[in-house]
Amino acid sequence: MSKPSARYLPAGLPIPVAEPDGLSAPYWQGLRQGKLLVQRCGHCNTWQFGPEWLCHRCHAFDPAWTEVAPRGRIFSWERAWHPSHAALKGHGPYIAVLVELPQAGGVRMVGNLLGDPEQAVAIGADVEGVFEHHLESDPPYSLLQWRRP
Amino acid sequence: MTGRGRDERTLRGRVAVIGIGETEYYRHGGSPDPEFKLALKAILAACEDAGLDPREIDGFSSYSDDRSEASRLAAALGTHRLRAATMQWGGGGGGCCAAVANAAAAIVAGLADCVVVFRSLAQGQYGRFGQAGGIHTVSGERSYLMPYGVLAPPQRFAMRVQRYMHEHGVRQEALRAIALASYHHAQANPRAVMHGKPLDVEKYDASRWIVEPFHLYDCCMENDGAAALVLVSAERAAEFRNKPAYLLGAAFGSGHRAAATAHNAPLYATASFDTVAPDLYRMAGVGPSDVGVVQAYENFTGGVVMALAEHGFFKPEEANDFLTVENLIAPSGRLPLNTSGGNLAECYMHGFELVLEAVRQVRGTSTNPARRSDVAMVIGGPMVSPASDLILGSEATL
Repeated sequence: MSKPSARYLPAGLPIPVAEPDGLSAPYWQGLRQGKLLVQRCGHCNTWQFGPEWLCHRCHAFDPAWTEVAPRGRIFSWERAWHPSHAALKGHGPYIAVLVELPQAGGVRMVGNLLGDPEQAVAIGADVEGVFEHHLESDPPYSLLQWRRP
Repeated sequence: MTGRGRDERTLRGRVAVIGIGETEYYRHGGSPDPEFKLALKAILAACEDAGLDPREIDGFSSYSDDRSEASRLAAALGTHRLRAATMQWGGGGGGCCAAVANAAAAIVAGLADCVVVFRSLAQGQYGRFGQAGGIHTVSGERSYLMPYGVLAPPQRFAMRVQRYMHEHGVRQEALRAIALASYHHAQANPRAVMHGKPLDVEKYDASRWIVEPFHLYDCCMENDGAAALVLVSAERAAEFRNKPAYLLGAAFGSGHRAAATAHNAPLYATASFDTVAPDLYRMAGVGPSDVGVVQAYENFTGGVVMALAEHGFFKPEEANDFLTVENLIAPSGRLPLNTSGGNLAECYMHGFELVLEAVRQVRGTSTNPARRSDVAMVIGGPMVSPASDLILGSEATL
């Protein structure tokens, strides 16, 4: 197998940006700095992801952004074969995983599982985060990918 | 309405479907007509079926941000007046039964007398659901998914089904049986886009993966067309020429934080009917064993497995045993399913073709009539929020 490329999926897929109102801006800025930030309510300590202006549990506004270690376990997964975007035509299969973070209240996030796209995937397996930076992109952005330790 | 007071808050037995109509169903991009014209054709066909002057329509109800807007329809049709104009928020095909419920509620509340419920869709004119293109940047829910290749509905829902299969030991064969039943029924339905194109086990197994665990035949088609029905109060149902199909119950919604972004719904492996199905049965005054035939929205076969289990037809752990082709086909399977061919093989009219098929079952005019067709269920798009469902019945069930 050739050296893994710096990006898991080809260029041309939609680029993530914060909403005009800035709700998720700290999250995307954190990824660019190699940090995973997740909301945690300063009032009742409830974790929350994706972000919202309000804590869903106690209704305190503006839950604090808290750094979390990018470690988790696979909650579910899929291997996509059909290219649902022109940028993926001819690319072949790829794996998306839903990762839960036990150390952050079990919040989940979607990423890709690095490595052989035809590898066997086990629900419950431990994974660790890998920051994938696209600083040359316009606008620049970073993603959080996952790999087996 | 035994034992039920006049003041009870219910739709049971209060409204009836008196007309149904649809355009020809086309492959996506295959319609010679623009979307709005398709809507008009389906609505006129439903009025013709009912024997109703279209000018008598005084309300429109749809879902999923249908582009054929109520005021334009009323002007185009020259209706005497417009009263109800109702759009069900969000949920893709999850609103196909909610749109009927909203129309029924408007009639029961005295806000309108004769409401058309419809869906029109020309994917050739406006773009396909199955392809994500022309998007440079994304924010919100999509930003946590699309950069990772979770772009279109197949990738958005596969992980949910994978988790469900993992939790309950559901095998691929259960998904396959649903696809085979739909294709089986489509062979007797000349409206079906897949009429004359049968599916068998070998063809299913050999078909390419779209996204594991969905083969090609686990995924709905994409189509152009329109479908409509006409709803009036039960008191007026006898004025029209068809056997009325009465609404016995309807419900919509989803459970606690079902729409938490980036796949953070606390109850993840669900079709969103965990809270909705009990509401439906309560209003309809029936249980799963009373239901003779089901139309269950197949965005993907895996969603049908979950939706049927959540409606109590079997426990999740029994899915492999229950979901066999023999059990799912009309006339005499245990639970005839998607008897027109549904989204997989009749037409992906965003689930509204399923509502029309339930009416045909109650009338006895389906091309695949079920042996027990007096109580017919429709389950709208699974795994979305809000989802919806309904039960229709013949006069004998009131």
